[in-house]
Amino acid sequence: MSAGHRLAPPAAIARHTLLLLTGALVMVPFVWMVSLSLKPPGEIFRTSFSLLPEEWHAIENYTKALTEVPLPRYMLNGVIISAAILVLQILVCAPAAYALAKLDFRGRDALFGLVLIGLLIPHQVLALPLFILGYNLDILNTYAALIFPFVVSPFGIFLFRQFFKSIPDDVVHAARLDGLSELAIVWKIMVPMAMPAVIAFSIFSVVSHWNDLFWPLIAVRSESLMPPPLGIMAFKNEEAGNDYGPLMAASTLVVLPLIVVFLAAQKWFVEGLGKGSVK
Amino acid sequence: MSATAAPLRNVERARPAASPARTLKLAEALAGYMLAGPAFLLLIVLFILPVFAVFVIAATDWQFGARSLDFVGLANFREIFGDEGFRISLMNTIVYVLIVVPGTVILGLAIALLIESGRSWRAFYRAVHFLPYMATLAAMAIAWEALLHPTIGLLNQTLAALGLPTANWLRDENTVLPVLAAIGIWQNLGFAMVLFLAGLKSIPQDLYDAADIDGADLWLDRLVNVTLPMLGPVTMFVVIVVALKAFESFDTVQILTQGGPGHASEVLLYTLYRESFEYLRTGYGASVTVVFLVIVVALTLIQARIMDRRVHYQ
Repeated sequence: MSAGHRLAPPAAIARHTLLLLTGALVMVPFVWMVSLSLKPPGEIFRTSFSLLPEEWHAIENYTKALTEVPLPRYMLNGVIISAAILVLQILVCAPAAYALAKLDFRGRDALFGLVLIGLLIPHQVLALPLFILGYNLDILNTYAALIFPFVVSPFGIFLFRQFFKSIPDDVVHAARLDGLSELAIVWKIMVPMAMPAVIAFSIFSVVSHWNDLFWPLIAVRSESLMPPPLGIMAFKNEEAGNDYGPLMAASTLVVLPLIVVFLAAQKWFVEGLGKGSVK
Repeated sequence: MSATAAPLRNVERARPAASPARTLKLAEALAGYMLAGPAFLLLIVLFILPVFAVFVIAATDWQFGARSLDFVGLANFREIFGDEGFRISLMNTIVYVLIVVPGTVILGLAIALLIESGRSWRAFYRAVHFLPYMATLAAMAIAWEALLHPTIGLLNQTLAALGLPTANWLRDENTVLPVLAAIGIWQNLGFAMVLFLAGLKSIPQDLYDAADIDGADLWLDRLVNVTLPMLGPVTMFVVIVVALKAFESFDTVQILTQGGPGHASEVLLYTLYRESFEYLRTGYGASVTVVFLVIVVALTLIQARIMDRRVHYQ
């Protein structure tokens, strides 16, 4: 049953059959999306099934997806927003996590309590007041609006604190004797030693914000600022279901970057998203 | 003599040590404030104050952009619970969660057990089943729409070829919610699988050895007597986490149905979005937000208790 048992051939065959079947079912939406992205309109609207097109229309569809809507712009926005959020989160969270893990000061427990409360609050609850705040600061419909709600991550502080706590105090004392400032200890000692946590958190953060539709829908209106999920929604509403090929090509291109990175660094992804979503 | 000498000696011994120690302590505290300060301020401004603001706004009749507002106490809550639309939305959400949670947990568990029962191709199977969880849901929703298309969709084509009845899945008020729930299961089962795989790894091998000695040599015996009981706490935990995810679903509704047809697929978060940001009924939207917050916090606290218990048992 558990790790290590060698299955008898019939059981092994049953295992592979079932898993290949569920795996194939799980993959159907991906396969269908790519398949439609290769076909000309005539074949898409023909009511007969085929996986590959008779007449390849991939170049037309993908060209249309990349030129008729600002898809490259959406993708670039996704990169800018995700990267800015991640960098700011680490800049804010790592020092705070170090203070919580290794320094003794009045109010530390209260601060940690705030972090735990923050973990408890789903972000959608904050949308309304943050929208009003953004309106009053006059930053709605800018990159700043897309980024500011996420600059501090309670989960990031929590995760880094856990990891920093497991680093022996002697390491910190030795660094102090070497004359390192507290800030230098954070960036030169703690963060490099906590790389697994940093990578797991980075994957969680980037995947969350690359995929986020809810907040961008509220925060921006201009096409030039839209991240991929919002952009693809705008594209779909424009097309109104008439031009599936380019729409599927665009969807494929939006999903592709994360999948490529995922396949390259599978273990990290499973760990990062597993941890992150559990909190 | 000795009674007076002892405190004196203590003071003398303490004094030279105390002062550097105190400056060190002070320096440490100062560093603590400097390093934690930005995060502290941002947590207050971006999390704590907004939550208070939601409660305050929920007690007003404010419409975004209006110059004036009145405090109306609990009138908004009376209104939402008296509102047919909101009640439908809440019911839809509960039905959605009640389909997604068992579907996701049972499939996730089954797939995890299958993967863990053998050695070959583990990473491959894990990757394939995990893919939907990380793929951009907004884009995948569009792929789902094509699959569910009444005439050219793969689903109806397959059903027609098998001689089974077809449907306009996303435009029929009887099918729309179960279909959205199926997409929810598709998206989350890989996540449940990963949590179960971790749970399976943490079952000690001795328990299986003991079960072997007790004569539980069939796969099913071991499953029923060892694996499933040992997965109990993990399962409770997965149930709550998936329920939280299901309560927070929004993207598929926004992209595929906009709550329709009628109100048949309107869910809590979609109502929250539409009232707050499309109709700009700010006070009303804030009340919906409070209801959402209460549900999610209740679930999270249950989850925290389960986590606590798990730690104690280990």
